[in-house]
Amino acid sequence: MTLRKISKEQPDNFEFTEENLNEVNKIIKKYPEGKKQSAVMSLLYLAQKQNDNWIPLSAMKYIGKLLEMPYVKVYEVATFYTMYNLTPVGKNFIQVCTTTPCMIRGAYKLVEACKEKISENENEFVKEKNCSWMEVECLGACINAPMMQINDDYYEDLDKEKTLKILDQIISGKKPEPGSYRGRLNSEPENNRKTLLDIKNA
Amino acid sequence: MLNDKDRIFRNLYNDLGSDFESARKRGDWSNTKEICEKGKDWIINEIKLSELRGRGGAGFPTGLKWSFAPKEVGSRPHYLVINADESEPGTCKDRDILRFEPHKLIEGCLLASYAVNVHTCYIYIRGEYYNEGQKLQKAIDEAYENKVIGENASGTGWDFDIYIHYGAGAYICGEETALLESLEGKKGQPRLKPPFPALIGLYGCPTIINNVETIAVVPTILRRGGEWFSKLGKPKNTGTKIFCISGNVNNPCNVEEEMGVPLKDLIETHAGGVIGGWDNLQAVIPGGSSMPLLPKKTCDTITMDFDSLMTEKSGLGTAGIVVINKDQDIIKCMARIARFYKHESCGQCTPCREGSGWMWRMLERMAKGEASRDEVDMLMDVTKQIEGHTICAFGEGSSWPVQGLLRHFKDEIKKRNKFDPIVKDNKNIPYLVDQHLLDKNA
Amino acid sequence: MLKLKVNDIDVEIEEGLTVLQACEKAGVEIPRFCYHEKLSIAGNCRMCLVEMEKSPKPIASCAMPAADGMVIKTNTPKIEKSRKGVMEFLLANHPLDCPVCDQGGECDLQDQSMFYGIDKSRFKENKRAVPDKNMGPLIRTQMTRCIHCTRCIRFATEIAGVPELGAIGRGEDMQITTYLEKSIQSELSGNVIDLCPVGALTSKPYVFEARPWELKKTESIDVMDAVGSNIRVDTYDWEVKRVLPIINEDINEEWISDKTRYACDGLLNQRLDTPFIKYNGKFEKASWEEVFKIIKSKIENTSKDKIAGFVGDLSNMESSYIFKEFFDRTLDSSNYESRSSNYYVDNSERENYIFNSSIKGIEDAGLIFLIGANPRFEATILNARIRKSFLNNNTKIISLNDVGDLTYSYEKLDGQTKTIVDIFQGRNDLSKKIISTKKPLIILGESFFKIESAKYIFDLIKNYLKKNNKISSEWNSLNKLTSDAATVGSLDLNIINHNENMFDGLNNHKYEIIYLLGQDDLKFSKKDEFIIYQGSHGDKGAEIADIILPSSAYTEQNGYFTNLEGKLQKSYKASYPPGEAKEDWQIINELAEFMNNRKLFNDKDELESSMFNFINLKRENKNLQKSNIEINNSFKNEKLLVDYKSYYFSNVIARASKTMLDCHNSKIGVKRTGTYG
Ligand SMILES: Cc1cc2nc3c(=O)[nH]c(=O)nc-3n(C[C@H](O)[C@H](O)[C@H](O)COP(=O)(O)O)c2cc1C
Ligand code: SF4
Ligand code: FES
Repeated sequence: MTLRKISKEQPDNFEFTEENLNEVNKIIKKYPEGKKQSAVMSLLYLAQKQNDNWIPLSAMKYIGKLLEMPYVKVYEVATFYTMYNLTPVGKNFIQVCTTTPCMIRGAYKLVEACKEKISENENEFVKEKNCSWMEVECLGACINAPMMQINDDYYEDLDKEKTLKILDQIISGKKPEPGSYRGRLNSEPENNRKTLLDIKNA
Repeated sequence: MLNDKDRIFRNLYNDLGSDFESARKRGDWSNTKEICEKGKDWIINEIKLSELRGRGGAGFPTGLKWSFAPKEVGSRPHYLVINADESEPGTCKDRDILRFEPHKLIEGCLLASYAVNVHTCYIYIRGEYYNEGQKLQKAIDEAYENKVIGENASGTGWDFDIYIHYGAGAYICGEETALLESLEGKKGQPRLKPPFPALIGLYGCPTIINNVETIAVVPTILRRGGEWFSKLGKPKNTGTKIFCISGNVNNPCNVEEEMGVPLKDLIETHAGGVIGGWDNLQAVIPGGSSMPLLPKKTCDTITMDFDSLMTEKSGLGTAGIVVINKDQDIIKCMARIARFYKHESCGQCTPCREGSGWMWRMLERMAKGEASRDEVDMLMDVTKQIEGHTICAFGEGSSWPVQGLLRHFKDEIKKRNKFDPIVKDNKNIPYLVDQHLLDKNA
Repeated sequence: MLKLKVNDIDVEIEEGLTVLQACEKAGVEIPRFCYHEKLSIAGNCRMCLVEMEKSPKPIASCAMPAADGMVIKTNTPKIEKSRKGVMEFLLANHPLDCPVCDQGGECDLQDQSMFYGIDKSRFKENKRAVPDKNMGPLIRTQMTRCIHCTRCIRFATEIAGVPELGAIGRGEDMQITTYLEKSIQSELSGNVIDLCPVGALTSKPYVFEARPWELKKTESIDVMDAVGSNIRVDTYDWEVKRVLPIINEDINEEWISDKTRYACDGLLNQRLDTPFIKYNGKFEKASWEEVFKIIKSKIENTSKDKIAGFVGDLSNMESSYIFKEFFDRTLDSSNYESRSSNYYVDNSERENYIFNSSIKGIEDAGLIFLIGANPRFEATILNARIRKSFLNNNTKIISLNDVGDLTYSYEKLDGQTKTIVDIFQGRNDLSKKIISTKKPLIILGESFFKIESAKYIFDLIKNYLKKNNKISSEWNSLNKLTSDAATVGSLDLNIINHNENMFDGLNNHKYEIIYLLGQDDLKFSKKDEFIIYQGSHGDKGAEIADIILPSSAYTEQNGYFTNLEGKLQKSYKASYPPGEAKEDWQIINELAEFMNNRKLFNDKDELESSMFNFINLKRENKNLQKSNIEINNSFKNEKLLVDYKSYYFSNVIARASKTMLDCHNSKIGVKRTGTYG
């Protein structure tokens, strides 16, 4: 993957909503006096949420001013971390983990499903479906592989068919239930539990 | 198998609920004040006695780490930072602690902070764990409401605050100094050491950094005694540990077991065995993607603890066990891991920045059988040029898995990659000429 | 002192140094790319690895503090291998295009790969291509060559104080850029070109001009401001191709300002290369003989009190001195003046007009108070020192006025002269602070000396400092910030009129003949005056002249300059003047001979020794002239206006430089039209 592209089309202005400004104040308070810069990551994320899942340059500048830090430092942070989208993505942003533990349990079948349902290409914003998808690195749910993340939620223990169904629902504007799609309890060994049985049966 | 009564994380699968009241019923927050009253030295000593080693990957003795913090608070405050960046492929144990046992972590934070003179603790959670963070935040709010943290936490007279800081997608922020940089609102690029964080850490202040699991076991150790913990497992590799068993097994799962448990037991008993049977096992990555894989032969007998795995030139790491059976193309599996490291290198050190992509590209070609014979040895050379030559341990983390592959599956690679070396004799080519361009024309 | 062993050699070093410095002390060379003495330590190139006893991994010597008893090895097979490894990685994605690279021949990567590299590349993948960045009119980028040492970022952030450069992205996709690819808003930006160890950042104006080994190199002194930065002038034939810094820890460390570096293309433009005479409002070429004849007859027909001479801002001391001698001896007049307006100066004591604390002394200052100065534009390099003091010691900085971004934060007062009086009469919080600070630094800019009550306040400040022991043999807090190269030298030579206010004379059109020696900054409207202009460039002075005497620029003649702290330095001839132009002292010597049949000096040596004799006498107060002009000595409250010459156009050379124009335009956001770079 090359350096993430910055969108060519940029809004001139960005400002936090009143509600988010309150949030900003709360975030800044978490850090000691004079250490406002620590809030930059949270603020970028907030800006991303406010702005349909992506961060325009004007938001970086705005945040730089707000936190009294040089623009280039905000820019550095925004381009270093992969969760920041610097160009429009779908309102439903689908991330399929394809790192080895997921891969060996069929993650690429999920990728196929995304290609069929959303678009042939990764990172392509399909307006009418309000979706885009991408491959990502390990999301830290390896024992529930293969899995994907849609916005904040994890969808686990998938296969191609289940993924297709989830995507159908997403595209039609519904929000499918996150969690395991094999009906197991979180990270317990499915049908093979040997531990903490007294608790389970209590 | 570990006796259920010795399991620390009784709500690992969320049978019981993670709220304050449920946690209390399991014994959390029961006599926090009394523990603190035994004194800072007692706490540190008890942790030393337990021989607890860090659960974040490096296995550094926790009691010893705490004793590096200055004894007296000078002009600069001390900080405790909890590493919940969990991004090592194959690892997802901290996630379950965050969402199902948050009060163990919060209580651990208070006890550890009390011991090392900390009033403010930050928990750095990877940004993708947004929901887990929300759950933890809820637990923190509950803890404030019940006055177990905050001003005069748990009636100890100690003021104590906890804040969550979200990451935003960068594996390297799990490295402790990169994590600090990230907390300070910068790119997550590891710092040079010395100075070590225990003296100059967050905002230039003394800082103790521990993994989620490390801290979450602290309250139980202090309640049941360091000696109880040290009697579990093996000498120097004591206690219990959450193992994450993923990959080609019938029932992938997280399970808390004793340190030193045989790998085969974990896979067969808890994870329902290798898909296709034990004989279909090809290799196991025992400790998250950074640890060199073990061939089947070793897996038959190896026990899961820091020192045993070291003797097999691998490591316990995060205890993220990735089982790979014979249906998988092992070169492809490792090429995908190499791609992960290429993607996650922070980019400051030359060997890591330039080497991680090089290794990945070579492995991709090798998986397709497009490499020449000599490149197999060259790949080993490249890993050696990275290992040990970088600022942080990412250099090792990216080169070890490749070394593991070369160590145990060299024949397989050689079988697939039979091209003649492109350059046979290069003695006469002047220096500073773009060699690979020349090769094509030759 | 710490004792270490490096390759079995015992070394003793001071505490606080690094292993790399210990190795250097032992005479063992350590290759490096990212490490630079003046910058913070990044430790990212990994070229400087060495073995340390008891450490399983090699250590980065640049980043490791040296400690007592360390045993370091740099010549083991392991280290050789690690260096080769790093070289191989660096070259893996670096284009091997040395033949077309501007850095070729002075490239660290090229040199070190010869020493430490292996003889072939094993990298068979496609090389990375990185898009170039726009960093303004001075810096040309070729980012594919970048080796990510981050020296440029550290320089911009730390020394220049403009955190505008950064590394975006991560891993192998990391790229160095400015925010939105704007040019760097710094007057020190050119230094990143010297710092870049490869050809990623090269000089835009100098692109493909020449190869380093084709150039003649002359060590010299810069005259773009009064700092006296030490420079090297590289010439190809008569053209000055580039100007580079030379290390002088007391003055410019190893930096120079962009004007010093880049105004040199102004040496090629607008040059006066032959004598001219103005007939009917039009200049016509003439011979030296012709112009001398006219001057002679004009002077002979004018009474001597109607002849005036003005010395400009770039004149070296020999030229100024012979000019003065010409007036004293040939014309028997003392109607000469080196100031360009009637600002206050009392040159009877040297401490009144120099930067007494010294540039290096700024680093020891406990408090800095700026009065009527904008050091960023008036003395860029000195300003970098203030920033250094600010960064290293958190020095408190206060300015009477808000003068905009100085690259460090400072407290701003109200700009009223009354405030200064309050402070130095002990009625302000700052008064006590100045007294309680061991080494305070009071910096008076030239704008201060232009106010009406300059004498009154200056004496007040000086007395206050004296009384409180801040002017002593150990530390002198009183500092004048001079902005032109010639000023201090001219005051040392007493080229200042103590008998009449020549600026009044100018405005009243008292003078019939005005002789301008490189003086382009006088503000007066010409009427019937006959003006002789001697100088190198066709600028304001030449425009109003009736006779033009073409002379040499500072790179074309040897000459002394005294910098703002009073250090005498010599600038050397790197090239020769164009066409008929001559060295300044020669012109005046020959004119004197033409008029009187007698040269003023037999040769340059005689001129120099006479000049030094004069200076020594003045230092001993033997040829002192007290001013006979009445100077206002009362107080009036007024707003001190800080005005200084526009940075990129501050002298004739800068004004003739296309590069300076580009810089100016890029700062004010004018789009560049021409195509180059
Ligand atoms: C590249 C890299 C990634 C790491 N990622 C993590 C991580 O995700 N979580 C973690 O707890 N420790 C991680 N570590 C280990 C930490 O640097 C550190 O050793 C650990 O947090 C210390 O806690 P412990 O002593 O409790 O194990 C990582 C180390 C490296 C070099
Ligand atoms: S080893 Fe890699 S990840 Fe670690 S500091 Fe160096 S470049 Fe960054
Ligand atoms: S010079 Fe030491 S790492 Fe670059």
